[in-house]
Amino acid sequence: MAEVQDNGGRKGKGSKQKKMAVRVDFTPMVDMNMLLITFFMLCTSLSKPQTMEISMPTNDENITEDQQNKVKASQALTLLLDADNRIYYYEGEPNYEDYTSLKETSYTADGIRKVLLRKNYDAVKKVEELKQKKANLEITEDEYKKQVSEVKGAKNTPTVIIKATDKSTYKNLIDALDEMQICSIGKYVIVDITEGDQFLIDNYNTKGQLSSNAVS
Amino acid sequence: MGRVQIKKKSMFIDMTAMSDVTVLLLTFFMLTGNFIKKEPVQVVTPGSVSEIKIPETNILQILVEPSGKIFMSLDKQQDMAATLEAVGKEYGLTFTPEEVKKFSVFQTFGVPMKNMKQFLALPGEEQDKILKNYGIPCDSVDNQFKSWIRNARAANRDLRIAIKADQSTPYSVIKNVMSSLQDLKENRYNLITSLKQVSDD
Repeated sequence: MAEVQDNGGRKGKGSKQKKMAVRVDFTPMVDMNMLLITFFMLCTSLSKPQTMEISMPTNDENITEDQQNKVKASQALTLLLDADNRIYYYEGEPNYEDYTSLKETSYTADGIRKVLLRKNYDAVKKVEELKQKKANLEITEDEYKKQVSEVKGAKNTPTVIIKATDKSTYKNLIDALDEMQICSIGKYVIVDITEGDQFLIDNYNTKGQLSSNAVS
Repeated sequence: MGRVQIKKKSMFIDMTAMSDVTVLLLTFFMLTGNFIKKEPVQVVTPGSVSEIKIPETNILQILVEPSGKIFMSLDKQQDMAATLEAVGKEYGLTFTPEEVKKFSVFQTFGVPMKNMKQFLALPGEEQDKILKNYGIPCDSVDNQFKSWIRNARAANRDLRIAIKADQSTPYSVIKNVMSSLQDLKENRYNLITSLKQVSDD
């Protein structure tokens, strides 16, 4: 209800116009605004979704063996993602005879991250330094990005091969990719699992029975 | 006689300040929020530490449900129309202008081509209800997904592909999607995740 109040004042002198204090009741306006706010709160999401950019290798069959970049065995680390959030890894070439060459780990900070940080120690340290420099405003954002990608792409950094079994979930894959980012690993690739890798997992789970059967 | 009469005063609370506050809040929500898209299935995206925000326009979103159903969404209506017509041509279907118009306002689509006409004829509420039972076929026998992607790319060269999948989706489903994309030489794409801090566990 809008109200018009008389503020008393002079009487008698008819020629003067009365001064009025106009008060508008804002309650309905507030009601309406509250409704609109509720609507916007319910129908919009404030946070934009994050994304992760990945580039996959081409499926092109024409690439010959020697065109492919061979990874030095000493710098390769293969991650095998299996069902029930299990993750295994082996370094360098797989050793099919010895089941202990495959090690089981976990997605926690003590698990796979420790392994990767150890493997990628130099690069991690350099990235940390760069981060510090950026925080102290010694280098700009662009320089930081450039230098980080240089460090990540350096020759002696490890290459991680991520192989996921069909039973692993999408979350496992994202977690593994996440670790690459946390551990500043620039070179990683997602490839399909091979029979050999499946054998390694089975062999590990049966504590080497498969390989001993194969020998005998 | 001696009763003290309490003067009845009209209580008048000044709502101007309150109104100012609500208008400010309203402005904040209008400017910062972006509308939630209607999606036929609820997916929970896995958390990641990646801090790259998804670009606002030219997004081709691929929604992957745990059971393997695939849905797609494009953010521009003219792309939707062009894509539908091109895919329809591949499958020997022509759509009337009304059907194309109906299709282009969809927020998410994912119906096999053979059901498309029938689906478009349904009223809006029915479509929402049955859309989640469909999904774009993406297997080696009938890979309509590929032709959708290819034609969407042809309609808009600047498209960025984003995959939004539920965290419990088996890898075999994701692999199927990824290898279909690889066949089309779409080697760079985004995976939509939700924000997670670098945790110690």
